[in-house]
Amino acid sequence: MSTIQTTTDEVLRLASEHFKVPLEKLNPDDDFFKKLGINSLQALDLLTRIEQHFKIELPDYELQGVSDFRTLAERIQSRL
Amino acid sequence: MKDFRGETLSWDAEGGVIELVLDRAPCNEIGSATLGELEKFTAALELLQEDCHALIISSPRAEGFCAGADLRELYHRSQALPPAERVAGVRDFVERIHRVGNAIDAAPLATIAAVHGVTFGGGFELALLCDLIVADKMTRFCFPELRLGLIPSFGGIPRLKRDVGNGVVRDLLLTGRSINASKAQAIGLVSQVTGEGDALRVARVTAAQVVKFDRGATTAAKKFIKPIPYAELKQEVDIFCELFTRPAVEAGLRKFVESTDALPYLP
Repeated sequence: MSTIQTTTDEVLRLASEHFKVPLEKLNPDDDFFKKLGINSLQALDLLTRIEQHFKIELPDYELQGVSDFRTLAERIQSRL
Repeated sequence: MKDFRGETLSWDAEGGVIELVLDRAPCNEIGSATLGELEKFTAALELLQEDCHALIISSPRAEGFCAGADLRELYHRSQALPPAERVAGVRDFVERIHRVGNAIDAAPLATIAAVHGVTFGGGFELALLCDLIVADKMTRFCFPELRLGLIPSFGGIPRLKRDVGNGVVRDLLLTGRSINASKAQAIGLVSQVTGEGDALRVARVTAAQVVKFDRGATTAAKKFIKPIPYAELKQEVDIFCELFTRPAVEAGLRKFVESTDALPYLP
């Protein structure tokens, strides 16, 4: 069973792989827009990756105001 | 015209298959230039369909298939008109789009949308014109119009209702949320989900299969199973035009136009 820690780790890994940013440079409390240098359109790609990886649906309105990996992982965890 | 290279799109026909390619930066926003060239395409379709059996619509834009209406152009064109003439201006644009859409929807061809990435609003509606949707796994479909105080206006509501359950239509419309290709396939909207960058290839393989069949049978089957909801399409235009006059819409469009975000109507 996934814990919030493993989910956070998976999110960081997915973001690192998709946006080609070294994993060691990403931290749970980072603002992923700033850290990954992405806009809302690219954030949708991350959302798609997350939905595919965790086999969940995460409506984008649930991500309103979410900009750090930790909160994103919490939203995912609530769908697992 | 067997082939055409325009400012926003191009087409050519080979082996019984017409390929219509949208290519306008950043993500094929549909404004007057695209509409004008789509009108050229539907005029040419009369001749093209004599020798062709299938149509594929796709785009090479990295961002996606199509982000929908060019809202910046819509706003600026509307603002340039005296207030009393704004609704008539937008109605003219929307009715022209509907004529294009109806021509593609009714074409005696098997039509395939090969989509990827952002397939939003008018882009989603363009895909819904087609008989089959082949979607790259990274595609996202969305009707964000309600976020701006509007409804889809290029025929999206009646055509989505034609293809999926009413509950799904309400979900997408009322929440404005985007769904991925797998979900779109699960609800019966997408016929095939492909790997990344593979939608056009799969659409071509599908078209090659379709053209093996008797053209008359294809046309008859399509006419039988895919009626065009003309009355609801007209209603959609009327509701859109009614909503368009509200101050909240003007404010929403202004906010959109002034934003520098890539998709300002999303969270």
